[in-house]
Amino acid sequence: MIAGKQEPLLGRTPYYVLTGGLAIIFLFPLVWSFYASVSPQAGTAQSKGFGWGNYQTMFDFGAGLPTVAANSAVISILTVAITLAVSTLGGYAFARFKFWGKDALFLLTLSILMVPYATLLIPLYVLLNAVGLSNSLVGVALMIAMFQLPFATYMMRISFEAIPRELEESAQIDGCNSFGVLWRIMLPSVTPGLVTVGLFAFLAAWNDFFAPLILLTDPTKQPLPVTVANLRQQTMGVINYGATEAGVVVMALPCIILFLLLQRYYVRGFMSGAVKG
Amino acid sequence: MVTTTSISEATPAERPVRRARINLRRQLTGFAYTIPTLVFIVVFFLTPLVLVAKMSLSKYGLLTGDEGINFPRNYVSIWRNPLFWPSVWFTVQYTVLVTVMLLGLGLGLALLVQTVTRWSAFLRTVFLLPVSLGLAAASLLAYGFYSPAIGPISPPLEALGLIDNPIAFLGTSLAALLSTTFLVVWKFAGFYMLVLTVGLQGIPDDVHEAAALDGASSWQNFLHITLPLLRPSLSLATILCVTGSLLAFDQFFILTKGAPDNTTVTAVQVIYREAFQRQNLGTAAALSILVLIVLVLINILQFRFLRGTERD
Repeated sequence: MIAGKQEPLLGRTPYYVLTGGLAIIFLFPLVWSFYASVSPQAGTAQSKGFGWGNYQTMFDFGAGLPTVAANSAVISILTVAITLAVSTLGGYAFARFKFWGKDALFLLTLSILMVPYATLLIPLYVLLNAVGLSNSLVGVALMIAMFQLPFATYMMRISFEAIPRELEESAQIDGCNSFGVLWRIMLPSVTPGLVTVGLFAFLAAWNDFFAPLILLTDPTKQPLPVTVANLRQQTMGVINYGATEAGVVVMALPCIILFLLLQRYYVRGFMSGAVKG
Repeated sequence: MVTTTSISEATPAERPVRRARINLRRQLTGFAYTIPTLVFIVVFFLTPLVLVAKMSLSKYGLLTGDEGINFPRNYVSIWRNPLFWPSVWFTVQYTVLVTVMLLGLGLGLALLVQTVTRWSAFLRTVFLLPVSLGLAAASLLAYGFYSPAIGPISPPLEALGLIDNPIAFLGTSLAALLSTTFLVVWKFAGFYMLVLTVGLQGIPDDVHEAAALDGASSWQNFLHITLPLLRPSLSLATILCVTGSLLAFDQFFILTKGAPDNTTVTAVQVIYREAFQRQNLGTAAALSILVLIVLVLINILQFRFLRGTERD
């Protein structure tokens, strides 16, 4: 039942009781946060009966939800676009070309993983100020995209390596240059890799807290996570839990929907990583 | 092969020259595709690394900027920072706790969802849902979940008469550590389940069958076949988990803010406080360099250790 053809570790009933219980534990906080956001709470905009009062509070807070959500969207879309562009070109080069310094550059890209966020954010705060990108959503997106590069470049490299060489060779005979080959022949074959990289980049950018906290000091530039974190202490030390949970729902919903739609790409991303070790 | 067919038409003397030229062009083309990556690495990775190293050697205020070299004052002041050693100790405790729990639960979940049934697929989705949430969002969710005001755990227990007052999930240092660990385990367990599922699927069925034929019980099978063959995935999971936990920030910044009495401050939080509350970028940079060195050393040690044991 549990481990394929082996003798099962658990009987049928204990298996369903255990896994069912675990499923409830994992789902409960998510369901609860939605319930808490619409249920009546003393001291919030939703003090009597169920309704969307907390969402109204959340909507009106700070620069207003349209601005804040737009900030989050701009950071996320830019991050996804930059990550996809840089890692596709890089991955193609690493998979299909031989050139001086290739292995060193690839290792250098992977070594980004070893460096703590905080170590780079302090000098980047100074650096972005110096080049006039302080309080810039572009600066934040570039920063998050950089931290996506190790995974994205690795992912795109193995995606390109998996394409049979005959495909591009026949295109080259037909007179395609290398960019034509990449654009017309290779890209359609690496769509799963692109979706995986894009999904990871989106989730990372939409949810990032530390980079905007440090790089954006202008409240009208803040994305959702920082805004909702600030929303808690709005009224003289009294914490508005209802509006906070409404903020959590607003932040989580796009991620959950996107994840459910693209789940198989997310899982496949890990699988292809495993094949290559 | 395109290159060989075109080269075969050239005279023998021309061949090496032409091949070298084609080769050089191909090298340049390949290099050109990596220029965006290279620019990113130089501008956003190497330059900040050099800059943070230089800042760590200088008197550098948040508002005043660079005021010249003062080495080794920033590094010396780390040792005098009263928050430093407690934060190191707290970060280590947190890392060990989270790593043990996440790897254990991740492996357990991976074993539970191995079958190809609809129920398994449903479970996998459920366990992965919190992974898609951001750490900040999950921490804010937990902020309400653990609060005495709206938390859902205490009211039913109070109604049953099991407790008199709401449980103070963040009241003591230990409670805060355990509550935060629970949050992080809930959020990341699905991720480690996935990493370890991939490892489990890499183990061929016939190895298990052979062991079963030899009379191994399923427990023996797990202990002597599954675990050793799972070592590469377990190593990867350990490295990811240890690195991530040592750099913990969001969850404590949102959930505890160091409370009670600065007993739940992590290493990265000390960097943040140095930089933006005490406005001393120099000491914050020195701390960052220290964290970087420790992290690189730990990763090298982990690689050595995990690779060394693989040969057994």
